[in-house]
Amino acid sequence: MSETRIPTRTELFLGYAKMGLLGFGGVAAWSRHVIVEERRWLTEREYAEILGMGQILPGPNVGNASVMIGRRFHGLVGALLATSGLYVGPLTVLMGLALLYDNFAEAPGVASFMHGIAAAAAGMVIATALKMGQNLRPPPELIAIGIAALVAAAFLRLPLLLIVFSLAPIGIWLSIRRAYREAPK
Amino acid sequence: MSLLLQIFLAFATLSLVAVGGATAVLPEMHRLLVVVHGWMDDATFTQLFALAQAAPGPNILAASLMGWNIAGIGGLAMATLGMLLPAAILAWYVAGATHRLRGARWLKPAQFGLVPIAVGLIGASGITLARAATTGWLTWVILAISFLFVWRTKCSPLWVLAGGGALGVALL
Repeated sequence: MSETRIPTRTELFLGYAKMGLLGFGGVAAWSRHVIVEERRWLTEREYAEILGMGQILPGPNVGNASVMIGRRFHGLVGALLATSGLYVGPLTVLMGLALLYDNFAEAPGVASFMHGIAAAAAGMVIATALKMGQNLRPPPELIAIGIAALVAAAFLRLPLLLIVFSLAPIGIWLSIRRAYREAPK
Repeated sequence: MSLLLQIFLAFATLSLVAVGGATAVLPEMHRLLVVVHGWMDDATFTQLFALAQAAPGPNILAASLMGWNIAGIGGLAMATLGMLLPAAILAWYVAGATHRLRGARWLKPAQFGLVPIAVGLIGASGITLARAATTGWLTWVILAISFLFVWRTKCSPLWVLAGGGALGVALL
């Protein structure tokens, strides 16, 4: 992977503000684009590992990741800056929208515009998952875990709590088993 | 107990069962706010959640909107803090623990074992979004262009989001 660079505190805040403000359809896809591709704070693998931990903890995975990534670069100040960057911008937008809602929802073009964005966001999110999978090149048994999570959530519509807590121990076990077999000591 | 404290406690409880984020706790959020506390009716709850989904940012911000609806700015602050604080504190300590364990041989593989779940669930949320967003051939075209653009390039996805919105206004 290409080399990474450590963000300053300001960059950390601004980067997270960008992810929050542009994060249509969830922030995970934007978060990866900004952190891995655009600003190179982390490699694909480092980012994925933090996101994986964020996923099994309660709360939004990207919010948990913002605490961990902020802490990694600038301790408590970093965690506070990254997390507030992620939430403050979109919260302001959302309050504005809620105040304007009655006029705004009726305005011509607004519904079509949001509809077009929603379709593009769906394509973006699916492509992000595919790209992460390709870049990380997990072994076959972990690909199976990923597909199981996808099918269980998107098609069987099982509760996420059930999916995460049944697949996490299997994923961890398979991954550790492979690591120990490949490097026996 | 004051209303603001009740709001904080309700959302803090939700926060700790919210594995997978806002959509995962939607049923429980509905039960607490509408059924148990009677803070809002069904229609308001649904409308606020839909608004938070349509806007950018983490979907968990639906909680902030609901706090605002219940008790103004104080309610917004309590709901947001309740939803974020317990999870953020937990994430902070877990990050510290992994840092202390960084030399352990099993740590990296264990972390990597969680990655496919996170990636699979991103794919699943994309499929769920696609189901709601595709209402005709044009939306499928927008989705396909966006998919190819983000998959094959490292350019900012802002271009396809803006393009998708513009195509929507022009043709939908």
